[in-house]
Amino acid sequence: MLHYLKPNNLLKIINKTQKYVFIIFLVIITIGLVEALILSPEDYKQSDSVRIMYVHVPAAWISLGIFSLIAILSFGILVFKNKNLSLITKSLAPSGFVFNIIALVTGSIWGKPTWGTWWAWDARITSMLLLAFFYLMFLLSWRITDKEEKAMKISSYIAIIGLINVPIIKFSVEWWSTLHQPSSVNIFTETSIHVSMLLPLGIMTAAFALFSLLIFLMKYNTELIKIKNKGLDRL
Amino acid sequence: MINEVLYMNGYGLYVWSSFVFTLSCFSILYLVIKLQLVKEQKKFRARFESLETDKIEIAKKQDTYKEILVTSSVSKI
Repeated sequence: MLHYLKPNNLLKIINKTQKYVFIIFLVIITIGLVEALILSPEDYKQSDSVRIMYVHVPAAWISLGIFSLIAILSFGILVFKNKNLSLITKSLAPSGFVFNIIALVTGSIWGKPTWGTWWAWDARITSMLLLAFFYLMFLLSWRITDKEEKAMKISSYIAIIGLINVPIIKFSVEWWSTLHQPSSVNIFTETSIHVSMLLPLGIMTAAFALFSLLIFLMKYNTELIKIKNKGLDRL
Repeated sequence: MINEVLYMNGYGLYVWSSFVFTLSCFSILYLVIKLQLVKEQKKFRARFESLETDKIEIAKKQDTYKEILVTSSVSKI
């Protein structure tokens, strides 16, 4: 197992998988778009505006998932001082941030026809905005200092502090009275969404997850080459 | 049929703008990351070629450098 984690083997694996991930992503996003925009039924209450859910919900799920992963790995960075973990978190952040922005903007667009407003300072939306600020601070922490060790520490602390916001986002619709509807898809309790809508939602989520994997692989590859670039000076 | 898909019972503007925004974000992020990758690959190749002959030989023996040189000559995606 450790054999595959050596930089040269990692580079080989990354270069091979990037191409396949990109092709599979294109196939799945095409199927997802057809399902979401044409084949799936309209909602009896929200009519066709419900289709915004197929980009809004996967983007929110994945941005939350990526941030949670970054925060968990950040514990590892602080405990084990592992540079490879910091490369992984650094490579995960750009797609997480973009998915966060997509969730906020599409949520705002969805809010206009359903709630009659583009923005409301309710618990779910505000906590998602806070998550975007944590992502931004995490990304900026790598730019404010040239010292890698310092940047590793600062970014890890930001991610760990930001982790407190994750359960707030998840349970905000239950803890406070908000405009945002409670979640329709649940792992442990019964899902209240019909299978004809669950299918495109699942396909779009898979496509979004593949896209974040693709961006992660490309960014991680870039970071590895940057390190090797520095290594050429030491030859 | 096409009109129905475009109009979406009056919600077409909201639905289409959400999807266009999402796909635009995907394209911009992909292009930015791809450009960064290509820039680093080019920088690596240029630095590698400027090395002295004996250092090039040492570097060529290392698998990691070989892998970067292979991928930097031809873009994979």
